[in-house]
Amino acid sequence: MSWVNSVIQGLLLGGQYALIACGLSLAFGVMRIVNLAHGDLAVCGAYLGLVLSSALGVPVWVTLPLLLPAAFAAGVALQVALFGRALRGGVLAPVLVTFGLSVMIENLLQVAATSDPRGLAGGGLALASFRIGSQITVSWLFMTAFLTACAVLSGLQLLLSRTSWGRKVRATADDPDTARLVGIRVRPVFATVMGIAVATATLAGVFIGTIGTFDPYQGTNSLIFAFEAVVIGGIGSLWGTLAGGMALGVTQVVVGQVNQAYAVLAVHLLFLAVLAVRPNGLFAGHQAAREAGALG
Amino acid sequence: MTAPPPDPLLEVTGLDVFYGDFQALFGVWMSVAGGRATALVGANGAGKTTLLRTIAGAQPPAAGSVRYRGRDLTGVPPHRRISAGIALVPEGRRLFGSLTVEENIQVGAAAAASADWPLMRIYDVFPMLARRRGQRASTLSGGEQQAVAIARALAAAPTLLLLDEISLGLAPRVVGELYQTLTALRAEGATLLIVEQDLRRAMAECDDLVCLLEGRVALASPVPAVRREQVVAAYFGEGARPRSGGAPT
Repeated sequence: MSWVNSVIQGLLLGGQYALIACGLSLAFGVMRIVNLAHGDLAVCGAYLGLVLSSALGVPVWVTLPLLLPAAFAAGVALQVALFGRALRGGVLAPVLVTFGLSVMIENLLQVAATSDPRGLAGGGLALASFRIGSQITVSWLFMTAFLTACAVLSGLQLLLSRTSWGRKVRATADDPDTARLVGIRVRPVFATVMGIAVATATLAGVFIGTIGTFDPYQGTNSLIFAFEAVVIGGIGSLWGTLAGGMALGVTQVVVGQVNQAYAVLAVHLLFLAVLAVRPNGLFAGHQAAREAGALG
Repeated sequence: MTAPPPDPLLEVTGLDVFYGDFQALFGVWMSVAGGRATALVGANGAGKTTLLRTIAGAQPPAAGSVRYRGRDLTGVPPHRRISAGIALVPEGRRLFGSLTVEENIQVGAAAAASADWPLMRIYDVFPMLARRRGQRASTLSGGEQQAVAIARALAAAPTLLLLDEISLGLAPRVVGELYQTLTALRAEGATLLIVEQDLRRAMAECDDLVCLLEGRVALASPVPAVRREQVVAAYFGEGARPRSGGAPT
């Protein structure tokens, strides 16, 4: 029974990884940018949530209607001011720019908020749980994070597959030069994609801060897990990212049950193994492998 | 060379275009009158594709101008040119492979000049695409893919349609069908600028002919006023003999 419990807890943990990874996956799938500041942007979101929720004296959930639009706007601004220029500057420029941004964010947070670990007030939800059978206890907070991840990923998938915006995004992901030639305005497409990526990162940051604690350097750690989820799932595939996150979560919790010391190591070994055996990702179909990263 | 007809739809003057240090076009001049079909011919690397891409706004010229309906298009981005009525069918089709046929066509309407070309009308022109509408564009045959590329440009409701080597790699029968479609479009008032390798077809289908040689206009004339030998001479440069293996067909 404890194994079943581990798998369930692992899947739920995987949802959190998928939530932080989906923005990374979306941005890479569309713009071919590996945003090394993605985890730090998530942590920024957690700090902003902390500031807002303590200023207003409400649980952090209540601040989401303020937080998410602000994060979207920040993503748009970053794309227009920074990433867009970097993308026009060759292959190396986006790596250097996002890495620089990551270092800057971490140090600015360190100066502004010190390196003391913080937590977010999740209200009653943070402590509530329910039981399955007699031995399995599931935290409502973990469940909410998991369901939120599923909802965000399904929502994104629907937006991409059913709307005219999504059509433009997929066309741009396929071939940005031709997209421009047939009349798609590529910069606004990129800007909204980055806005959504940063908004989902912020949402993930809020869950990170509510479930555990965070400090200015948390972002790098989150980035590694997010990156591994994206690669394991198949680069650019949103459903793959969800599956990749779950594979990480289950590995971590199941191995952790045997020996806690090896839990995180096992996750990284899984990543290396997948990279060695199936570099296109575990869940990338033939189509995805052939088109090397088209959204789907 | 004859004088350009009064009030051309498109007028290109003194166009210089560079790719880095490489100059692709040297002072190119041409004009396209409304309602006519102009063939753009020339050897590989003569600058035909560059000229079309410059007109479509994908390539900024270093000097010279492209005027459309008397308006200078310098600095106008591609999506505005499409809204003004210029649509390009790019070389090599360049379809969005992960999108369906219908989605490819819908994307072409992103900056449409008008709502004159709804999906239904496009499917009337290309009935075979209606049957394939839900299929991924990458799974279609070459001829069908070329039809999608033309349909995608039509969705923008163009006045001036730029077609870059639509017959490349296609069976003659399929090319014939595509040209029949173009004839039908002309009957509805479209102006065409067609890059065509097949000189015989270019002269049979078009009203005017412009021949580029190493980035310069070597010949520009109405088709009835020019003999095939003159075009061939312009194709390879004045006085030069056609080399074996490289002759226009």
